Amino acid sequence: MSNEPNAPSLVDGPHASPEVRAALAATWSDPPGFIGMLCAVNHKTIARRFIVTTFVFFLLAGLLALVMRAQLARADQRLIGPNLYNELFTMHGTTMMFLFAVPVMQAVATFLVPLMIGARSIAFPRVNAYAYWVFLFGGLLLFASLAVNTAPNAGWFSYVPLAGPDYSPNKGADIWAQMITFTELSGLLEAVVLITTIFKLRAPGMSLNRMPLFVWATLVTQFMVIFAMPAVMLCSTALILDRLVGTHFYNPAKGGDVLLWQHLFWFFGHPEVYLIFIPPLGFISSIIPTFARRPMFGYPAMVLSLIATAFLAFGLWVHHMFATNIPELGKSFFTAASLMIAIPSAIQIFCWIGTLWTGKLNLRVPLLFVLAFFFILVMGGMTGIMVASVPLDLQVHDTYFVVAHLHYVLLGGAVFPLFGAFYYWFPKFAGRMLGERLGKWQFWLFFIGFNVTFFPMHLLGLEGMPRRVWTYPHGLGWDAMNMTATIGAYVIALSVLLFIVNVVQSARSQVPARADPWGAGTLEWSVPSPPPPHNFDAIPVVHGRDPLWEPSAQPRFVAGLAADAREVLVTSVLDAQPDHRPLFPRPSIWPFVSAVATTVLFIGSIYTPWAIVWASLPVAVAMILWFWPSRSENRVALEREQSP
Amino acid sequence: MQSALSPAGIQASRILDLWHLTLAVCCIVFAAILLACLIAMIRAPRADHATPADLSAIGRREPQVRFWVVASTAVSTFLLFGLVLADVLTDRALSRLPVDNALRIEMTGYQWWWQARYLPDGEAPGFVLANELHVPVGRPVVVSLKAADVIHTFWVPNLHGKKDMIPGRDATIEFRADKAGVYRGQCAEFCGYEHALMAFSITADPPAQYEAWAAQQRKAAQTPSDEIAVRGRDVFMSQDCARCHTVRGSEAQGALGPDLTHIASRRTLAAGTLANNRDNLTGWIVDPRALKPGTVMPPTRLPPADLNALLTWMETLK
Repeated sequence: MSNEPNAPSLVDGPHASPEVRAALAATWSDPPGFIGMLCAVNHKTIARRFIVTTFVFFLLAGLLALVMRAQLARADQRLIGPNLYNELFTMHGTTMMFLFAVPVMQAVATFLVPLMIGARSIAFPRVNAYAYWVFLFGGLLLFASLAVNTAPNAGWFSYVPLAGPDYSPNKGADIWAQMITFTELSGLLEAVVLITTIFKLRAPGMSLNRMPLFVWATLVTQFMVIFAMPAVMLCSTALILDRLVGTHFYNPAKGGDVLLWQHLFWFFGHPEVYLIFIPPLGFISSIIPTFARRPMFGYPAMVLSLIATAFLAFGLWVHHMFATNIPELGKSFFTAASLMIAIPSAIQIFCWIGTLWTGKLNLRVPLLFVLAFFFILVMGGMTGIMVASVPLDLQVHDTYFVVAHLHYVLLGGAVFPLFGAFYYWFPKFAGRMLGERLGKWQFWLFFIGFNVTFFPMHLLGLEGMPRRVWTYPHGLGWDAMNMTATIGAYVIALSVLLFIVNVVQSARSQVPARADPWGAGTLEWSVPSPPPPHNFDAIPVVHGRDPLWEPSAQPRFVAGLAADAREVLVTSVLDAQPDHRPLFPRPSIWPFVSAVATTVLFIGSIYTPWAIVWASLPVAVAMILWFWPSRSENRVALEREQSP
Repeated sequence: MQSALSPAGIQASRILDLWHLTLAVCCIVFAAILLACLIAMIRAPRADHATPADLSAIGRREPQVRFWVVASTAVSTFLLFGLVLADVLTDRALSRLPVDNALRIEMTGYQWWWQARYLPDGEAPGFVLANELHVPVGRPVVVSLKAADVIHTFWVPNLHGKKDMIPGRDATIEFRADKAGVYRGQCAEFCGYEHALMAFSITADPPAQYEAWAAQQRKAAQTPSDEIAVRGRDVFMSQDCARCHTVRGSEAQGALGPDLTHIASRRTLAAGTLANNRDNLTGWIVDPRALKPGTVMPPTRLPPADLNALLTWMETLK
C-alpha cells in the first residue's frame, strides 16, 4: 500500500520511526483541557471513565445494602422505617442491575475488545462517548432522587399496580422508569458499537474461530442486549404512559393486564442475568489459560456453549412467575428450559477444569478469584436448579432463599470474576500492578464474608422469611441467622475497602507495569501498559488463537495506514480479510451536548408529555451539528483517496 | 410455625420430599465438581509467568480430557432429566389433590391485611372474618384468591407453596392440613409500605372443634348487657370506627377495614403484628401508626372513660 503514488507521507509499519510513532500518538490522543475532556472519544479514555463510574455506583449500592443489613440485624429493630427501607432495597437492586452489573461489563469490553482484536479504535467512537454521558446522567438522576427524598420505592422490578398511578402517587416510579430509558439507550448503543467493532475491525487473519473467548462472550452478550432491552423499554414506556397520560396498559378495571408487565419485564429480566453472567465467562476463559500456561481446552465447545446459553436465556423468563397461576403445560416447559440452561454452563465448567487439570498453575490473585467462582457459582447453579422446579419454587419464591441464590449467582458468577479481571488487566487499565499481598487479603475476606452473609439466607428462606421486609418479629427463629448475615456483610465491605486501598497504593507506586506481566497469549499484552493512544504501532496479523504464544509466522504486521490521520483497517466479518481503510471521526463536543439535550428531554418528560415535543428540538440541533461534515476532514479524506 | 421444613399437610410434605431428592442430587454434583477442582489444583505442577505455555495442546488431541468432559456432561444431562421428571410428577400431584367436600374460602388481600369470606358449607351459611382462618384437620380446603388493590401472595409454608393474588385475575389454591396446630403465613409479594407486617394464620382444628368455632363465627355479635359495654358500643358507633368496620348485629357496616364481629376471639391484631390483649388494643386504637407505620387506620383520641368502655365492649366480641 505504501508504494501508491499519492500515499500520505507518514505511514505506520513494524519498524516505524519515532517520528511516526509520535504522529500516531498525537493523531489518536484526546484534546487537552477541560473542554477537551468533554470532547474525548478515545475508547480507553471513555472506558476508564465508564468503569470508574459503574464502580462508584457499585460502592453506593453496597453502602445502601449495609444500612439494610444493619436494620435487619435484630428482630423488631426500628433503626430505619419502612419507607426508607423500601427506597433502599429498590435503589440497591436498581443500581446493582442497571447501573453496575450490565454496564460495567460493556465498559470493560469497550476497553479490552479493540486491544484484543488488534484495532486502533472502537467503531463509532462518538456514539460510544454519547452512550457514556447518557448513562452517567441517568445514574445521577436516580441518586439525585434519593438525595431529594423522592427515590423510587416499588422494587427494582416495579411491579404494577403497585408502581402504577394509583398506588405510587409520587414521582419515584417515573424517575425509575426514565432511569431505565437512559441506561437502556446507553446499553443498546454500546451493543451496536461493540458488535460492529468485533465484526469489522479485527486484525487481518483473526477469523471468527481465532477470536479470544472474551471477545466471543462480548459478541454474544451484545446480541442478547439488542433482543432483550427493547422489552424493558417497552414496558417502562407503557408504565410512564399509564402514569403520565392516563393510558390503561396495566389497569385491569379498564381492560389492561397487570401480568403484561411481568411478562415484558422478565422477558428482559431473565436474559439480563446472562448479560451479567456471560462476559465474566469470557474473563475466566482469558484468565485460566494464562495461569494454567496452556491454551483453552475445547474452544469450539466453549463458543457453542456461549451461544446456546444466549438462546436458552430467552426461553425461561416465566420461572420468575410460577406463583401467578400458570397452566400446567407451561410450567413443565419452563421448568425443562430452566434446567436445560445448566448444560452449556456445565460444559464450560468441565472444560475449565480440564484446562486446569492438564496445565501448570501460576496461583496468583486473578486465578484465586476464578477458583472462587467454581465454589460460589456452582452452588448458585444448584440452587438455580431448585428454583427452576415449580413445586420447590412455590415454597422458596420471594423468600430469602432467592436472595441467597441470586447473590451466589451474580456475585459468584460476575463480581468475583470481575475482581479477578481487575487484578488481571489492571496493568492495561492503569499502567501499574495491583498489590499481590493485599489482593490475597481482599480475596479471602471477600470469600469468607460472602459465604457468611449469604449462606444463612438459604435457611432463612426455607424457614419462611420473605424478601423485601423492613422488619420481622422475634420468635420465628430468624434472629441468629440475620445477625450472622449482617456481620458477613460488613466483612465484605472491609474487603472492598482493601481493594480501594490497593488501587490507591498502586496508583501512587512508581513502578510501571511491564507490557506482559503474566506471560499471556492474547494481543492486548503485545502493547505497553498502559497502551498508547493508538494502541498498536503497527496492526498485527494473526495466525492462531494465542498469537503471543505461537511461533511467529509471516507476515507479522500490516503497514501503510496513515499516521497523521485517523485511518483504520476494516476487515471482513468471517475471515478478517483486509477490506478498506475509512477515516474515523475526531474528538467532538457534540456527543456531550447531545447527551445533555437528551437528558433534558428525558427528565422533562417525567413532568409533562409535551417535553417529548419541545425538548426534541435541542436534541435534533445537537445531533445535526454532531454529524455536520467539516471541510478539513473532507480534505484529508480526499487526499487519501486512491484509484483502484 | 412458619417453615417449609416442617410440613403439616400433604402438599407441603410432597414438596419437602422433592426438596430432599433435589438437595441430595445437587450436593453430590457440587461435591464432585469441587473435588475435581481440588485434585486439579493439587496435582498440576506449579508455574510462574515465565513458564513457557504448553503449545502441544494445539495440534494434539486430548482424548482423556475429552472423555471426562463428555462423560460429565452426559451424567449431568441424565441427572437433570431425572429432576425434570420428578418436578413434573410432583407438580401434577400437587394440582390433583381430591377436593370433594372441600371447605371453600374466598380470601382477599388488602394493603396490609386479609379478608376471609367462608362460603356456605352445606346447609350452614357463610361468614366473614379477617387475618385468622380456622380449618378442619383432614378436610381439603379450596381458597379462591383475590386482590383489592395491588398484588399480594397467599403463603403458609407449613401447608403449601404460595400463590399470587392478582387484581383482575382469579386463582385458587388447594391444601389439606393433616396435623392440628397454628400455622403462620405472610404476604410474599412486595405490596408497598407495610409489606413486612402483613401476616395471617391458619389454625387447623380437629373437625368437631372446627365446627364449634365456625358456629360461633356465624353468629352475630351479642347485644351488650353490661352498662359499660353498652357505652363502649355507643362510642364505637358515634366515632369513625363504624364507618370502616363491620360488627354484624350492630349498625356498624363499614367495609374498608377488617370485620370485627368476633375480634376478641382472635390471637393477634393488625394482621399478625401484635398479640391480642387489652394493652395492645389500646395502643392500636390510640395511635396505630406508631405500631404499624403506614397503616390506613387513623389515630383516635378518646377521653379515658370512653376508651375504657370501648375496650370493654370489644372484649365481649368473642
